[in-house]
Parts: sequence; structure tokens; C-alpha cells
Amino acid sequence: MSDAAPVVALVGNPNCGKTALFNALTGSRQKVANYPGVTVEKKVGPLTTPGGRTVRVVDLPGTYSLRARSPDEEITRDVVLGRTQNDVIPDLIVCVADASNLRLALRLALELKQVGRPVMLSLNMMDIARRRGIEIDADKLSREIGLPVVSSVAVRRGGTNALLAEIDRKLAERQGSTAVQWRAPDASGLRSAQKEADRILAAVVQGQGRPDSLTARADAILLHPVAGLVVLLAILFVMFQAVFAWAEPGMDAIEAAFHWLGGLVEAAPLPDLLKSFLKDGLIGGVGSVIVFLPQIVILFFFILVLEDLGYMARAAFLMDRIMGGAGLHGRAFIPLLSSFACAIPGIMSTRVIDDRRDRLTTILVAPLMTCSARIPVYTLIIGAFIPERDVWGFIGLQGLVMFGLYTVGIVGALAVSFVVKRLIWRGKPGEPFMLELPDYKLPRPRSLAIGLWTRATIFLKRAGTIILSMMVLIWVLASFPQPPEGATEPAINYSLAAKIGSAIQPITAPLGFNWQINVALIPGMAAREVAVGSLGTIYAISGGEEAADKIGQALSSQWTLATALAFLAWYVFAPQCASTLAVIRRETGGWRWLWVTFFYMLALAYVAAFITYRVALALGGG
Amino acid sequence: MSTQSTIALGSARVGFRGRIHAIVAGRVAAGLPASELERRLIELGFVEGADVEVLHQGLFGRDPIAVRVAHTTIGLRRREAMAILVTAGA
Repeated sequence: MSDAAPVVALVGNPNCGKTALFNALTGSRQKVANYPGVTVEKKVGPLTTPGGRTVRVVDLPGTYSLRARSPDEEITRDVVLGRTQNDVIPDLIVCVADASNLRLALRLALELKQVGRPVMLSLNMMDIARRRGIEIDADKLSREIGLPVVSSVAVRRGGTNALLAEIDRKLAERQGSTAVQWRAPDASGLRSAQKEADRILAAVVQGQGRPDSLTARADAILLHPVAGLVVLLAILFVMFQAVFAWAEPGMDAIEAAFHWLGGLVEAAPLPDLLKSFLKDGLIGGVGSVIVFLPQIVILFFFILVLEDLGYMARAAFLMDRIMGGAGLHGRAFIPLLSSFACAIPGIMSTRVIDDRRDRLTTILVAPLMTCSARIPVYTLIIGAFIPERDVWGFIGLQGLVMFGLYTVGIVGALAVSFVVKRLIWRGKPGEPFMLELPDYKLPRPRSLAIGLWTRATIFLKRAGTIILSMMVLIWVLASFPQPPEGATEPAINYSLAAKIGSAIQPITAPLGFNWQINVALIPGMAAREVAVGSLGTIYAISGGEEAADKIGQALSSQWTLATALAFLAWYVFAPQCASTLAVIRRETGGWRWLWVTFFYMLALAYVAAFITYRVALALGGG
Repeated sequence: MSTQSTIALGSARVGFRGRIHAIVAGRVAAGLPASELERRLIELGFVEGADVEVLHQGLFGRDPIAVRVAHTTIGLRRREAMAILVTAGA
């Protein structure tokens, strides 16, 4: 794909089927990257037109107007106006409209027309419009609006032929670059544009069209004040079950594969230091993160299905008031939900929140949601210290403690956002909640597959770059300097990590932490669950994570119950994840919010662990 | 059109049907300047003369509300909907 190939940009309202059209045009050859300096996804794919022309197609974030309100929409504006610092300056803009929901799209088309670049209008989902009794006179629409108009059915073979032919024709008549002019319209400009759009709509559409009866019937339940919330909770419950239960075979397989790789290295005739680097640093480190791939894929499967269905907007609608009580925006619901799997995709999905303050609050509290990396640590400590018995005859005490840790995380997140709203951004009324609730549509397997594939590759790339380099750094800390000749203690005890552990001993002593815990916390910065393996190393237990039972036995003989509980409280709040912090820095465009997050979480963790330790001691847990 | 039959969409009940009479963003203490709120409402299709129907509302404080505007359904809070003056009857 040559960089000189002409660029065709797809612009349209949210939910207009733009991404389905993009997938139909470019298939799986699309590339997802970030625009320089910002984190909005840049989706580009090659296309060869029937005329033999090679074209680069760009899918831009959905918007109602070029007056951008969120980082996503700013990208759409900047690409359309050619303001970006890169090569994607569109030679042709395809305004994609949902044929069954034309009203707002026509106003956007009128705005795009004013920019001065070549524009055409593609009426997408014509099949659905016809079924709903909407007949559009495309020729008349073209005359009235003054733009070429084609119809398309993205999901059907051959459904994009007319669009492709028109792209060919428009590109053939293209001449040099055009001067671009655009000024943010004022209210009266928007008003008259919408009235013009309404006039055109009345002139070209035959039949009023019935409102989608299936959507109306579904919403009678799904948006019901009580039933809607019950259904939402049920969906969440199934989702969590799936993330934890369905992912298990996949995670076991990945773990086994990395274990096997480690075994290969162990058996190879290599110097010990190189072996340790390959096995503990590379394979163990990266493996401990990649093991979450099945959970992330399953979580995103649910999120993509619910999004394609049109349900996500409803979830935000249902949760807006409830979350608003804690100072969060309704749209924060999805990012926080994703954070239960991993805060990284959660923080990345805060881009849908328009307002910067609302977005920052969500980013700040997302790491408090109990991510799946905490589970191995919780399981280890609970298994070792909490007796396996029932309370009130039917609830397992261990499960209850686990549930309690989740609850503490959620309550902590709500409390922090409440405080942030009241103390830091006090007096400023919240950003309005305004969201289109699109008609329900069945998700397309092909679009789902492409979406999942994209998510998985992004995650794997990150594991191969940022996380890999963190792991190497931590391996170095835990391995150097090397133990002296004839050393009796585990190698890590002589390392830099151990020195750091001892150095911070006075600080963590009030929490009941010994220096071994301090040392385990350092590799735990790469990924929380690494602390399990590190505790194993420090207490000189071979076998790594699968020897969790043995580690548990060692811990229960060496730690008091108070220390164990304080350690759990610490893990609920502590900023024990370098990759999350790195994502926060990237998403907020600076170091400031990274440090804010780091220190507030550290402070919470310290206070929580301190109180837990003291209370447990007082109750005889020493 | 008498002012008697004109109410704010933000105080309408579920099932209300009517037509937009005016957008008066200045009367709302929203988190946005009045001109910005007005523009956002227009961008979502709330313009004078458009038919509206209140379809759903939330559990707490009957907020937010889902409003059918012409052929599109928009969810918004009652506070911002106070800027939309509507006349009953469709």
C-alpha cells in the first residue's frame, strides 16, 4: 500500500454502520494504530477499486458534527480538515448515513459539503430501511443536497458495488488539493442546516416509516426502570461467570505452554544467568501477562456484542443516575466494567467520555476495580489463612472474603470519585448526559471476529513491548548483584531488590510487612500476580506458581493472620501495576495524572493495610 | 400558540407527545455555557417544529429520560431537557 495512494475517509454519525462498511471494503487487511500524540485509534485499510485504483480507506470516529466534543471527534474534525500531522489528508469524503435514520446524517452531510473537499453520500443499511417501509428517492436526494448519492448494504456481497464505482468516478475527476474552509457553526447556523435537512428529507422520503417495533418491544423491558436494571445485573453476572469460567481452559493451556518453554530452556546447555534471564525474565514475565489473553478476549466478546446490539447506550442510560450519585458519568460504566478484567482496556475505553473532568475521574478510579491479576494473589492468601468453613451454614467463608475484597474495591472507587467531585472539581455542574439510543441490530459474526482480532493483537503487542521491558528491568533488580560463592540463601536475597526491600522496611513495618513481602512487592509492580511467584522464590520454594499450595503452607507458618489480612488490604488499593500507570500517562498526555494516581492509591493502600493490621492485632490475630 | 400549553420537556411525563416550540438554553444551570448546550441539543435533532415523545425514564428521580425526536431516540437528563420547550399534542 503506497503512501501516495489516494485517501478515502468514512465519516458518519455513531451507529450508522460505518465500521461494518469499512470492514466490507477492506476486510481483514485493515491496520489499527494510534494517531500521533493522541490515543484515538487510526483505522486504515487498502482497497482496490473496480477501476484498478489502489485506495487507502480511513474509518473515522462517529460524530454528529465537526464541532468536536471528545478526543475521538477531534480526530474526525482534524482529518477532514487536513489538520493532522500526518499523511492522511482525504481526497474524498464518504459521508455514511443509516438510511433508516437519515435526519441527523443529512445535517452532517450539509456541514461536510461546506468544507470544500469532494464529498459523497452513501446510504447504508438500505435493506433495513426498505423493510421498515422507508423509500428514498436517491436521485432526487442527490439533486436536492448537491452531492453524489449511492446506496449500500455493507453486510451483503456486492452491496458496495455502487459505492466503489462512485469512488472511482470521484477520484478520476479529482484535481490537486482544494482549499478547505470551515468555521464552527453557531446555533442559528446549525438550526437552519437542520431545517434544510428536514426539508430535503420530507421531499425525498416516501412513507413515514414505522418505528422499529422490535426495538420498541425490547425497550419496554430493557429500559423499564426496574426490569431494565434487573436485566442489566443479570447480563453482568453472566459476563463475569464467562470471564472466569470459560477462560480457564485457555489460561491453563497458555500456562502449560509457557511452562513447557521454560522447561526447554532449563534443559538447554546454557550459562545459568542466561537461563535465568530467558526462563524467569522473558518467558515467566511475559507468560504471566499473556495468560490473561483468554479473559480479555471473552470480555471484549461481550462488550463488542453488546455494543453492536446497541445495548451499551442503554446500560449507560440505566446507570447514569446511580453512578451520578458518586460523581461519575453514565458513560463511565463501560470503562469501569472492563476494568474488572484489566484496567488497561478499561482506561483506554474512557475515550467515549466527552468531558475531560469526567474522563479523568473515571481513569483515576478504574485501577481500584478488582482486576483479574489480583485473583491469584487473593486466592493464595485466602487459601493459606482463611479457614475453609461455612458461615450461617451455607456461605463459604473463603468465598465471602473474596467477595468482600471485590466490594471494598468498588466502594473505594465510588468514594474516591465522590471526593474528587466534591473537593477538586467542586461547584462545577456535571457534563450533560446526552446519548442516542440506536435501534437494536443483530451483531455480524464477521465484524465481531475482526473486532476481537484487533483487540487481541493490540494486547499482545503491548505484552511484547512495554510489559516485556518492565519484566526485564525487574529481573535485573531481582538478579543483580549475583550471590557470592557458597551462598546459602536464595539468590534474590543478595540482589538489589532485597536491598530495596530492607531499605523500605521501616516504612512498611507498621503494616506488619516483613522484608520478604517488601521484596515480593517490587516484581509485583510489573504485574500483580507476579508477587505469588516471587514469594515462592524468596521462601526458597521451587516450582513457581503451580506450587501455590506449598507457598501457602510456608506463608501460614511465617506470617501472622494480621500480616496476611494487611497484605490483602494493601493489594486492594496499591498501585501495583506499572503497565496501568504507563497507560494512564499515555491517555492523559502527561506524567501529572500518573503521579496523582500512584500517590493516592499508595496512600489508600497504606492506610487500609495499617488499619487492618492494627484491628486484626487488637482482635488477637497476631 | 398560547404559553399555557407550553411546558419544559424536562418536566414531561412518560407518554407525553408534543412538538418542540423553542430551545431556551439560558434557563438551565447545566455544566455547559448556554450557547454550547443549545448547539448540542440541535446537533441531536432538537429543533423547533420537531415531534417529540417521552418513551422511558430512569428509576431514581425519574431521570434520565429517553425521548423520541422525529425518528431518533435520545437519552438525556431532565436538567438539560428543561431547555427544550414543548407544546402538547401530536
